[in-house]
This record gives sequence, structure tokens and C-alpha cells, in this order.
Amino acid sequence: MSINATLIGQMITFTLLVWFTMKYIWPPLFDSLEERRKKIADGLAAAEKGQENMHLAEKKAKNVIKEAKNQSAEIVNQAQKRANELIEESKDLGKKEGDRMILAAKAQIEQEIHQARENLRQEVAALAFSAAEKILGAEIDKAKHHDIISKVSNQLG
Amino acid sequence: MATEAHAEGATGYIIHHLTPLHVGEGFWTLHLDTLFFSAALGGLFIWFFKSAAEKATSGVPNLVQSFAEMLIEFVDQQVKDSFHGHSKLIAPLALTIFCWIFLWNFMDLFPVDILPLVGSMMGLEYLRVVPSTDLNATFAMSISVFCLIIFYSIKIKGPWGFAKELMFQPFGPWLLPFNLLLKLVEEIAKPISLALRLFGNLYAGELIFILIALLPWYLQPVLSFPWAIFHILIITLQAFIFMVLTIVYLSMAHEDH
Repeated sequence: MSINATLIGQMITFTLLVWFTMKYIWPPLFDSLEERRKKIADGLAAAEKGQENMHLAEKKAKNVIKEAKNQSAEIVNQAQKRANELIEESKDLGKKEGDRMILAAKAQIEQEIHQARENLRQEVAALAFSAAEKILGAEIDKAKHHDIISKVSNQLG
Repeated sequence: MATEAHAEGATGYIIHHLTPLHVGEGFWTLHLDTLFFSAALGGLFIWFFKSAAEKATSGVPNLVQSFAEMLIEFVDQQVKDSFHGHSKLIAPLALTIFCWIFLWNFMDLFPVDILPLVGSMMGLEYLRVVPSTDLNATFAMSISVFCLIIFYSIKIKGPWGFAKELMFQPFGPWLLPFNLLLKLVEEIAKPISLALRLFGNLYAGELIFILIALLPWYLQPVLSFPWAIFHILIITLQAFIFMVLTIVYLSMAHEDH
């Protein structure tokens, strides 16, 4: 139980141990700890940033989709409008064509009426002449009485 | 010590277990078992941490490195809690103290007769395996710490600053002799209390293990098992207390008033 030279030996051992720990053990282990801490902090920061970026991208994508929807709606609207216009146009065209055809038909009818009337007149004139010939009993010289004939014929027309 | 070596019976058994293996006379006696076991345990400590430090990586650590880092973080936290300056020495010192004392104390958990039996087979008459039951070991450590306290007190505060603190505190210059006495007692009490606390706890613990070993065999496990479990707490706690007090004393030495 006495204090003796063992004390000195122990102090030397202790000093050596502390020196060795201070020089070769503490620094590398502590540095690796610090480095890992930094790495983890960086990793977490990067993850946070990634998340933020993802949110931004999501927002952007939503905007793009929204815009695309708007555009497509606009395109559909325009198409509808154009279709309506086309329908209107073709309706107009059809109506015009119809009108024209009606006019042509009317003109033809008119012409045919005219023709028929002319024919009728000539027939009536011929009839009148033949009747007059019979009544007069004499031949009417067409060349001689040309004036009369055309007068009558005009009157009949 | 050696004179009681031939005593018989229970007393002889106890004394035999508490007698160190020694050579030399008077002051120049060397306790070979203390020197050997503490150096071997120091070597174990260095070997373990060195192998962790050599392969230290900031990536995924292996088991050895994880364990070493756990201890380092634990010690570093203790140092940060009480020491606010910057020092390259204090944290490694605290780590060494904690691990070394823990390993010393751990020797107490080996059954009291095993290592002395092996020793006697090798022709060693005495073998005391727990270095912390040797006052020389605990005092060597606490005196080293005391030297560091004095060194840092003088380094940080300057010789005159340190002397002023010894003379003028806590009661001012008019009670200078009283202050000086108080401060000297306070300073000297530090290493003594550090060493005696560790020594007392472990010596008493070892003594109780020896006493249990004297009982009939069927009673021994009933008593030594709970005591060993309790002792696991004590050996860790004593290592922790020594480390924390060292940090506190050194941070006090760094504080300039």
C-alpha cells in the first residue's frame, strides 16, 4: 500500500499513452467524424434542394398542361367557327345557285311561251288566210298582198 | 507486505490477494503486476483505436470504427459541455483516461483466483491484476493531471496571474494568508481526491469479491453474480467520474478571471 517507484513508471506509461492518442488516434477518427457529418449535412441539403426543384418542375408542368388545354380549346373553338362559316358560305352559295337556276328556268319558260305564242299566231294567221281565201274565193297573191298579210299577222300577235 | 505472506486461513488468503508482485526495496520498489497489466491494457487500448484510426473513413464505417467513433463522440460531448476554450490536448487526454481506467477496472470482473492461479503456474508468488487497486497507478494518473492543471494555469493566466488568483481569491487582498492556504488546499485536494476515489472504490470492490470467494461454493454465485453486475456500473462510473473531473479541473485552469 505504499507509494513507490511504480508511480514513476505509471506516469511514464500514462504520458506515452496520452501522447500517442493525441498524435495518432484522436485526429484521424475525429476528422472522419467531422467529414461524415459534413457529408450528411450536404446530402440533406441536396435532398431538400431536389425536392424543391421537383416542386418547381411540377408547377411548371401543371402550367404547361393548362396552357396546352387552353390552346386546344381555342383550336376547337376556331374549328367550330370555321365549320359554321363554311356551312353558311355553302348555304349562300346553294341559295345563289338555286336562284340562278330558277331565273334560267323562268327565262326558258318565258321563251317557250313566246315560241308557243308565235307558233300559235302563225297558225292562227295561216288559218285566217285560208279562211279568207275560201271566203274571197280567190287566190291571194302572197307577193302582191304582202303588206296586208304582215299587218294582219302583226295585229294577231 | 511480504512479511504477512505466510499467514494462514482467511486472513492469509486476503492478504495474499492484495499483495502485489514486487521487486526492490523501500521507495525503489516496483509493482511488476501493476506496471505489466496497465501497460498491457494501454496497449490493448492503443491497438484497438489505432486499428480504427488507420482505416478511418468518412464513408460507411466498419464495426471497429463505429465503436471507436461512439466513444470519441461521447468524450467529445463531455469536453464540449464543460470546456469552452480550444485545446488539442484535453479531448484525447479525456479519451485516454476514460478507456484506460475502464480497462483497469474491468480486470476486477475476472474471477479473483483465475489470473493469480495462472501466475502461480508460471512461478509468480503474488499477482494483483487490477491496476486501479494500486495507489501508485491512481496517483500516477492524478498527479499527471495535477501537473497539467498547474501547467495550464500558469500558461493561460501567466505566473503572476496564477499567483494573484492563489493570493487574492476568494476573500480579497486583506486575507492573503488565509486565501493562500485555502487555495493551496483546494488545489492539492484535486489530485488526492481523484486518486483516492478511484482507488477506494475499486479496492473495496475487489475486497468484497475476495470475501465472497471465501464463502462455500454454493453461496458464491448468489452473491458474486449481483455484485459483478453492480460492479459493471461502478467501473464505468468511476472511469467516467475521473474523466469528467479532469475535464472540469482543466477547464477551470483555462478560465481567466
